[in-house]
Amino acid sequence: MKENSKNLLIVIIILIVAIIAGLFAYGELDFLPNWFKKPYRLGLDLSGGTRLIYEADLSQVAEADRDSAMNGLRDVIERRVNLFGVSEPRVEVVQVGDSYRLNVELAGVKDINQAIQMIGETPYLEFREQRPQEETEKILEEQKNNNPEYQFVDPYFVPSQPPLTGKYLKTARLDFDPRTYEPVVSLEFNDEGAKIFAELTQKNVGKVLAIYLDGQPISLPVVQEEITEGKAQITGKFTADEAKKLVENLNAGALPVPIKLISQQSIGALQGEFFLKLSIKAGVIGLIAVIIFMLVMYGKLGIFSSLALIIYTILNLAIFKLIPVTMSLSGIAGFILSIGMAVDANILIFERYREERKIGLENKRALFEGFKRAWPSIRDSNISTIITCLVLYNFTSSMVKGFALTLLIGVVTSMFTAITVTRSLLKAFIK
Amino acid sequence: MIDFIKVRKITYWISGALVLIAWISLIIFGLKPGMDFTGGSALELKLNNVNIDHQFITDVYKQFGYQNISIAPSGDDGLTIRSTDITEENHQKIITQIKEKYNEVEEMRFESFGPVIGRELRNKSIQGIILVVICIVLYLSYAFRQVSRPMASWHYGVTAILSLIHDISIPTGLFAILGHVHGVEIDSNFIVALLVILGFSVHDTIIVFDRIREKLRTHPGLDFGQVMNESINETLRRSIFTSLTLVLVLLALLIFGPASLFYFTLTLLIGTFFGTYSSIFIASPLLYDWYLFLQKRKNKKQGEIKKR
Repeated sequence: MKENSKNLLIVIIILIVAIIAGLFAYGELDFLPNWFKKPYRLGLDLSGGTRLIYEADLSQVAEADRDSAMNGLRDVIERRVNLFGVSEPRVEVVQVGDSYRLNVELAGVKDINQAIQMIGETPYLEFREQRPQEETEKILEEQKNNNPEYQFVDPYFVPSQPPLTGKYLKTARLDFDPRTYEPVVSLEFNDEGAKIFAELTQKNVGKVLAIYLDGQPISLPVVQEEITEGKAQITGKFTADEAKKLVENLNAGALPVPIKLISQQSIGALQGEFFLKLSIKAGVIGLIAVIIFMLVMYGKLGIFSSLALIIYTILNLAIFKLIPVTMSLSGIAGFILSIGMAVDANILIFERYREERKIGLENKRALFEGFKRAWPSIRDSNISTIITCLVLYNFTSSMVKGFALTLLIGVVTSMFTAITVTRSLLKAFIK
Repeated sequence: MIDFIKVRKITYWISGALVLIAWISLIIFGLKPGMDFTGGSALELKLNNVNIDHQFITDVYKQFGYQNISIAPSGDDGLTIRSTDITEENHQKIITQIKEKYNEVEEMRFESFGPVIGRELRNKSIQGIILVVICIVLYLSYAFRQVSRPMASWHYGVTAILSLIHDISIPTGLFAILGHVHGVEIDSNFIVALLVILGFSVHDTIIVFDRIREKLRTHPGLDFGQVMNESINETLRRSIFTSLTLVLVLLALLIFGPASLFYFTLTLLIGTFFGTYSSIFIASPLLYDWYLFLQKRKNKKQGEIKKR
């Protein structure tokens, strides 16, 4: 009797958890607290949006500093994107072999051009030193001869050594020249930048220290004397509006390293919504088909495994929402697939039960012997699926990752529902 | 009880023929790699019932130096234009020109992948498949480590892999044919499907092997062939049923799911079917033949020793 009430208690706890998980997974009832109403995180292919992949040029950055340079780059771009009010932008650094990538996903941004603008407008500021006269002449000569090697070489200036870039910028400010009333942009470097700037100005007295923005010279001031306080001015020929915009962009963060766009994708939201509806429909039909199958094949036992399967579906959805897992189309496919696999453990157990019954074990003993004996093959086959998921997760493509993750969560949850939940239900209700 | 050991000669022929056809198609036709492997661009337009002149589109693309483009209808009211990868600047110009002429047309989707990404994906796919295969052999060898008689545990692993190769050869061959006949391309989803098939079909094979392992322990006197036959027969229902539940959801996805998942689901469906088939008709019989081969060699050796 005591044993019986304990089993009943476990079942009640499981059902309460399932109901809470169900409310959380559904989330669209008025009486629920706001926390329950948090939306699923949809992948770009379902929500619509833009994905951009940039490659960072780290040739000027020392090996040891590359990770921090990439993190700096990510932060800057994240700030940029946030400035434009994109909801939940995802910016992540991906390393592929020797090259570093920046994966930018902007849900809801349909206009790819606008997105690229919004990221690309962040200027890349750098200082360049004058080349020696003979070098300039040599490059100009080679360019005249159409030597392809020299085609894109700047004949006059070379990036300063040590490099001074927007990375060292503390603030930028809009000022007006007190004499000419022309707008100027005042730059203030951080301590490290000030040191480099002092070194450069000392080295280049009487020469031009060019200020380049996105590879274009915007100001070519001649250094009068060494500047130690870390302040500089850009006196380009710009209007007050242009200067103001430049200041804003510089303050939002100049890119610490130059980047190049290597891949772009934009997906319309309409298509995604349609696909989502179809997938949900397919999932529900698949679920019902599996339930019918279990009921036909295993009768009363089938009722318990079907209940466990429904709990499985609810729990999984709640986990997806909680973590949150990005639900792309392939992720949903992975989940639907896992519905078909979730009852596998039950089938193995019930088949084992049938065998134990055949050799004459009484009902309840046969059932729990079935659980015990089926375990090794359940474990082995699930581990092989888990191995596959882990390998798949290793893919960089975020789409494939979503699939692997949902399938992995599915396999792990199904071990819990098909074994623990089903057993508890059976213990409580089978006499 | 079905004598699977006896019918193996027939099923070897069937499987052998199918795998052979698959490999020949693969060699002759090759696979048609999708855009995500080769790099390139796709522009999908919503036409809103406008009749669009394909020559005009071709000309617009040509203007920017994109020679080889393909235009194909997508859905009821869409058009997909593919070409080599396009810079954003040119993309904007192309769109502007199309919109100038056809105001109602909307841009639904635009993708452009550089060739670098494609190469990477291809390498990763191959690495992924090899890695899964190695991991599964290692795991099976480990899981069956206590079994040493009459076959060593690594024999189970290798036999499972042979039947896995069978399982993924057939859908791959089918896609070579589909690619040739229908222009079906393989994308990263196809690779995912293959990897999933690897995981699933080893699942069924494990069920049978697991039973063989158990039977060898509980019935040590039994002939190996008999152990095999009984094991397959006893696990037949569960092999088929576990696959059947998967087939049910896959069919639901194939019939009711979005079109973009069609070939992905189809690959899985075919792979699941042959995975189940091979774990019943191929994997265990192969293990048995290997056993016979080892026995023969052993007898021969013993015979030689006796002669001396």
